[in-house]
Amino acid sequence: MSATLLPAKQPVDASALTDPGRGQGLVDVFRRRYLLRLLVRKELRVRYRGSVVGLGWTLLKPLVQFCVYYFVIGLVLNGREAIPDFPTYLFCGIMFVHFFNEGFGASTRSIVTNSALVRKILLPREMFPVASVIVAGVHLIPQTLILLVGAVLLGWSPDPLGLLAGLLGLLIVGTLVTGAGLLASTANVYFRDTRNLVDLMSLIVFWSSPTIYSWTQVRDSAALQDYPWLVNIYLANPVTIAISLLRRAFWYEGTDGSLPLPPDLWLRGGIALLVALVVLAIGQLVFRRFEGRFAQEL
Amino acid sequence: MAGRAPAVVIDGVSKGFTLRHNRSLKGLAVSAVRGKDLSNNFLALDDISARVEQGETVGLLGLNGSGKSTLLKLISGVLRPDTGSVRVRGSIAGLIEVGAGLHPELTGRENIFLNGAILGMGESEISRRFDEIVEFSEIEKFLDTEVKFYSSGMHMRLGFSVAVHTDPEIFLIDEIFAVGDRPFKKKCMRRIRELRDSGRTLVVVSHNARTITRLCSRGLVLHEGRLVYDGPARTAVKYLDDSEESEE
Repeated sequence: MSATLLPAKQPVDASALTDPGRGQGLVDVFRRRYLLRLLVRKELRVRYRGSVVGLGWTLLKPLVQFCVYYFVIGLVLNGREAIPDFPTYLFCGIMFVHFFNEGFGASTRSIVTNSALVRKILLPREMFPVASVIVAGVHLIPQTLILLVGAVLLGWSPDPLGLLAGLLGLLIVGTLVTGAGLLASTANVYFRDTRNLVDLMSLIVFWSSPTIYSWTQVRDSAALQDYPWLVNIYLANPVTIAISLLRRAFWYEGTDGSLPLPPDLWLRGGIALLVALVVLAIGQLVFRRFEGRFAQEL
Repeated sequence: MAGRAPAVVIDGVSKGFTLRHNRSLKGLAVSAVRGKDLSNNFLALDDISARVEQGETVGLLGLNGSGKSTLLKLISGVLRPDTGSVRVRGSIAGLIEVGAGLHPELTGRENIFLNGAILGMGESEISRRFDEIVEFSEIEKFLDTEVKFYSSGMHMRLGFSVAVHTDPEIFLIDEIFAVGDRPFKKKCMRRIRELRDSGRTLVVVSHNARTITRLCSRGLVLHEGRLVYDGPARTAVKYLDDSEESEE
């Protein structure tokens, strides 16, 4: 067998000495996006390999959720009357909340799940939470197609500003969940209780956003009449704003306008994006602060 | 080697580990109430300083628990020193826990790409070396079989094959000759010699004195986390043998 010839290595005198393991975090994740792509593909392939329904599972969970809420909220509690075009309204809410919760849960567990790699091979470790968020985000693609069909059936037609709103909403949720995931995955290395806390938080995220009800019901509720600032806090929730932006894209323009979107939606969207970016920055800082000890703590 | 820049500079490095026994909040709360300390410290490396020049081949020797693998992990960047600093020049990869990046549910082919990317190779680089990697690993027939159906030998050969086809400036090797049959071991040894002869820096951890003397020009002996000898590989092996005898 012929030996393969290796090119001779020239001494790299010019490059400075560097600190191994001190990368640039998310910047390195972006730099090594080929690896990121393979990790995302691996996750998708492994999750659905050998299952009969395959990628259908990605749709089944939100669809079942949709049916259950449509029946209970829409029909039994008569939400259909209060909210025009209730199906697409509901679907928009479920899509983003589902994306947030799936991404949050999976990224929280990602470092511990990949401990074999974290302990043995040097990678930008942000890779794992980011890949988990992207995997959750991929599931939005078939859901968007379903939403589109539903919206068209309900007499909605696309507009460029709406598209922009949807993308801004996606950007807000994606940024927010990545930041939250970086924070929680760090905490999960030290305290395995974190993932249970995150499960609980998913419940809170679901109910504290207008997923299956309308924000006007919060505004008009008798209990909150004396506390208008509470309503403002409620509307400051970036997830609430992101969902409203998605509804601006796929729901509002097709309705009779009887249920308004939150006021100053674009301004609120900009602020929500800023908040999400701050969360991401904090997540990255905390992650980097503790990341050097992951290999020995796992 | 005069005039060459160092590839690895280890300067006054210490590394301690804390063994925590309970990782839940409840466990921490209970220990806080009872005033019992759950942690248990030990010093794996104690004030180590050394330089490895570019193109040098260095063996790390020592008994179990002497800190060899910890030092290697510090050089690779997986661990960070508590005090002191480790600095390197150029990219690092190597044979540390080969197969750690293999995923059982993926096929051999998919794993070559995934593991190659994990070890720092780009898409075009993997594609270019793909045939070479497959040939080296001797798993042609099972390339499209999921790795979970591989024998342990095949698993190891695949992991090894990807790892030796990475092209870093500094190549780290941690105790890898325990596995594989004789022809494969020979092939690996030949490949590592090629790496060495092409001017890459090698840092090798092994219990096997022959591996060290055959591959390395220089040896560092660690004992309970301290550097006790630094010199020619043969003398280092002899030093370790002597100190083992005197301890008995």
